[in-house]
Amino acid sequence: MESAYIIETIIKVVVILTIFSALAGITTYFERKVLAFMQRRLGPMHVGPYGILQVAADGIKLFTKEDIVPQNAVKPIFKIAPVFAAATAFIAMAGVPFLPEFTLPFTDYVVHPIVADINVGILFVVGVMAVGMYAPLLGGMASHNKWSLLGAARTVIQMLSFEVVTGLSLIAPLMMVGSLSLIDINNYQQDHGWIVWMQPVAFILYLISGYAETNRTPFDLLEHEAEVVTGYATEYSGMRWGLFAIGEYANMFTVAFIASLVFLGGFNPIGIIPGGLAIIMKVSVLIFLFLWVRAAWPHIRPDQLMWLCWKVLMPLAVVNILITGIVLL
Amino acid sequence: MIDFNNYNNRNISDDYFYLEVEEPPVRWQDKFKRVVKRTLSGELFVGLWIVFREMIKFDIHTIKYPLEKLPISPRYRALHQIKRLVESGNQACIGCGLCEKICISNCIQIDTKYGSKGRKVVKGYSINLGRCIYCGYCAEVCPELAITHGQDYEHVSEQRAHYATLPDLVTPMDIFKAGKQKPYPGFGSFTPNADNNVKKTPLAY
Repeated sequence: MESAYIIETIIKVVVILTIFSALAGITTYFERKVLAFMQRRLGPMHVGPYGILQVAADGIKLFTKEDIVPQNAVKPIFKIAPVFAAATAFIAMAGVPFLPEFTLPFTDYVVHPIVADINVGILFVVGVMAVGMYAPLLGGMASHNKWSLLGAARTVIQMLSFEVVTGLSLIAPLMMVGSLSLIDINNYQQDHGWIVWMQPVAFILYLISGYAETNRTPFDLLEHEAEVVTGYATEYSGMRWGLFAIGEYANMFTVAFIASLVFLGGFNPIGIIPGGLAIIMKVSVLIFLFLWVRAAWPHIRPDQLMWLCWKVLMPLAVVNILITGIVLL
Repeated sequence: MIDFNNYNNRNISDDYFYLEVEEPPVRWQDKFKRVVKRTLSGELFVGLWIVFREMIKFDIHTIKYPLEKLPISPRYRALHQIKRLVESGNQACIGCGLCEKICISNCIQIDTKYGSKGRKVVKGYSINLGRCIYCGYCAEVCPELAITHGQDYEHVSEQRAHYATLPDLVTPMDIFKAGKQKPYPGFGSFTPNADNNVKKTPLAY
């Protein structure tokens, strides 16, 4: 029993790591294509049919690029910082149930597609994603480059601020469910319908802060090319930079999964659509929304970002919690 | 007839109007009202809809350059060419040297001598393409429409000299004999409606 559990967990970890590392690359392809189509361009077209092998070409480029560490950088910290980005993004996925439980074909072995079914699942996920803030902070401060430093400062301000909104927006649905386990939240929606219909404000707040925490476009202050080059990643090249990118895309998927699980009914079947397919569709729509928003909206100024966070979103979240509490009483 | 009272009126159209920009709010109530109004006006969704509409229409404007090319204007000023006379097949250049004189970047060198019949013959003609700015003055000043600008804008070679000496510039004989030397429609040539553009000039002002 014990060894079987360990082996099962290791297999799950390997599968999740592989799938989401690959998905990060494939998402860059789709991001470039969707952005191109929305801007009436073609996007990558030359590597493979419809440019689909562009991902492989980019991967080869990243792996074989010279790894430059600046002379005056704090070398050990500079080298370890990208690992934080990727590692925290993947550790956060340990608490996420990706699919409904299923039995292996031709056996009666039941697989729970979650690495660690802990009873504070959502707290763990949000907490570990918040630890990911150390990656840009350390990377930027160790780079010995003023743009890196400015980018790191912006990143940390942004992530710290929006961490508050994430937490507060998730409290309202959690009050209704009465459990921090993502599986409990999912099962609650099987009986009571999607939480988004009862908590639309919390859903919108969570989406906005999710965009801010994954540094996606309306809030991608840390990578303003015109202002701070590429922010904290200015001095990074090759696979170290690639780890930052993988971390960002893995975080996008985590945010999309959490949004689907907490607000959009999770992996409960919709009519004849089985639950596994349902959650994959929901996550795909949310990822598409990420790309769509990037094509449509300009990004905002840092002072507007702070204004939005502390003067609009946080009061809204608090009021939402208050109203939820009064209704629940 | 220009009315001198309106001489300084530069409005080319009566359709122009000033935008009514509202005063920025001062009181906090007004600021709050503006925030709510902007938040709920749905402008963000208009932006989302526009890009989504463009994606669905799939009206792609990309030209895949080496495979597809845009047509260029006949007046485009690319690599120089020297035409041959249609009747005799001799090169049209009479060695007058105007192009050398007018060239503002001093890149044309023309070398002439007296021929056997006492006429001027062009001995050498070269254009330093590294200096040429493709302004087109040489083609405009040429009295014989001999030097012209062609349409060949993709010239790659190991040396600039491969393009710019007399044998390279003159239409090759085989192309000329095949009747493929195109009459020059571009810079310096008469426009198709040139007759209509002629204005009668009074003899005395």
